[in-house]
Amino acid sequence: MTTIPKLTGKVFKYGDDVNTDVIIPARYMNTHDPKHLAAHCMEDLDKDFITTMKPGDIIMAGKNFGCGSSREHAPIAIKYAGVSCVIAKTFARIFYRNCINMGLPILECPEAVADIKSGDVLDIDLNTGTITNQTSGKTFKAQPFPPFMTNLINAGGLMNYAKKKLGMAV
Amino acid sequence: MGMTITEKILAAHAGKKEAHAGELVECKVDFCMGNDVTAPIAVKRLRENGIKEVFDKERVAMVPSHFVPAKDINSAQQVQEVKDFSKEYGIKYFFEVGQGGIEHALLPENGLVLPGDIVIGADSHTCTYGALGVFSTGVGSTDLAYTMATGETWLKTPESMKFIFNGKLPKWVSSKDIILQVIGDVTVDGALYRAMEFAGDTIESLSLEARMTICNMAIEAGGKSGIIAPDAKTEDYVKSKAKRPYKFYASDPDATYCLVKEYDATKMEPVVAWPFQPDNIHTVSESSKISIDQVIIGSCTNGRIEDLRIAAGILKGRKVDKNLKVIIFPATQRIWTQALKEGLIEIFDAAGCIISPATCGPCLGGHMGILASKESAITTTNRNFVGRIGHPESKAYLASPAVAAASALTGRITHPAEVMPE
Repeated sequence: MTTIPKLTGKVFKYGDDVNTDVIIPARYMNTHDPKHLAAHCMEDLDKDFITTMKPGDIIMAGKNFGCGSSREHAPIAIKYAGVSCVIAKTFARIFYRNCINMGLPILECPEAVADIKSGDVLDIDLNTGTITNQTSGKTFKAQPFPPFMTNLINAGGLMNYAKKKLGMAV
Repeated sequence: MGMTITEKILAAHAGKKEAHAGELVECKVDFCMGNDVTAPIAVKRLRENGIKEVFDKERVAMVPSHFVPAKDINSAQQVQEVKDFSKEYGIKYFFEVGQGGIEHALLPENGLVLPGDIVIGADSHTCTYGALGVFSTGVGSTDLAYTMATGETWLKTPESMKFIFNGKLPKWVSSKDIILQVIGDVTVDGALYRAMEFAGDTIESLSLEARMTICNMAIEAGGKSGIIAPDAKTEDYVKSKAKRPYKFYASDPDATYCLVKEYDATKMEPVVAWPFQPDNIHTVSESSKISIDQVIIGSCTNGRIEDLRIAAGILKGRKVDKNLKVIIFPATQRIWTQALKEGLIEIFDAAGCIISPATCGPCLGGHMGILASKESAITTTNRNFVGRIGHPESKAYLASPAVAAASALTGRITHPAEVMPE
């Protein structure tokens, strides 16, 4: 299994219960084109997000990030906007599954969220779940994924897992 | 060790004697679905991975529901993708406009989701079918593609929370008020990753449609699923509709719950969820000064025939406030037809409402009644986050059909008793 390269990015921090209606409003969901969705990422919560963020930057939030709809358009918008990782205190269930399934890195780390501020620059090691705040020098360790999910990620995602089950070449 | 109804259903579908909260299980799925917004991504996942057939052509439903009748070219293209897929892959249950409706009213109506099933759907309100004693939960598009390909899904067996309601509901208090109250008490992530079980004689007295309203909104408390144990009423509902065998499960008396909450239904009042979260619960009395611009009666939460009858009962022979838009959404074509037969459409029309075809429409800010920046709506739908029904500054108040209909007469949030004296 290849090592995932380390990530570095600036934090955009939001509060609790950031829901899928603000991450990607339904008025943009008459298409599933990732570029179009990305252009409207977080629009109804922070209309400056997409114009201010740079590829590699990090979204940080409180509890229950991604609550509401099952729309996979939400992690797609975030991923294709160039966000490298989402760190939250907790994630809503369907959003969490969607991120694992389509390869948007997510980390649960209440301690990091309590300490880190918008504008801080972080180094993230997804191999170990380590978050280092360059701005304050502090380090945090995120909750590891359950083994089944690590297996899924290592298998190359859910559809590769499906192909293995169906006896297809991966 | 005793199991909850949810643990039993998961164990049975994983080929195990037992399953307990926390265990990861791989389960056979009885039925799965997607709609015009979520299915296109699932279809793409199948195609890009060279998967050329679904696990069972009769266990998949494709339901154009959100942006139909097609609201613009892009939406029409998405429906076309789903229709082409259904034809190519031999999907039996593709519901064209005119034969379908909103999936969470449509599937039970057609006997496609049954007691004891595991159902997954690419829509968060898939939890609705728990009202029939089903384990059903919402997933994303890639999860749907996985299930369509393999006939399975992976699940972490959830802990369960039990909400017990006893006593007779007061007049004008409905199953919508029950679930809004529960969401208000546990908050929008209080049931995160959990199965929400509803029990007690109040719940047992509810019709299947009323039970669907409750389970529909389990997701709004963060719940993985909602469930009501099947009984004689469930049997009556499913027996003439069922397309295949079904099984009743029930929680063991010594099953474990992470929370048990009891309610005296006789003390309940109608409630309203204020903007901008479904857990922002206030009584109707507290809400009575709030004026509104639009009323929405319908959706997968409250768009079934019993909901329309309640609204028509209040609007009969009267006119809605002339400053209001009042839009009625029967949740399926069949319900629309039945409402016509029963004279409800005539009542709504005479009162000054408009009646929409079956569609999710404005519920998610799609079409058919989007709100402008200064507008407020009272709605029988299920979410009121910022921008849910239109402009990010617009406001949505969630309530029951009775409260919505009463409010339609006055132009402000109104207790039904005020317009329907004994």
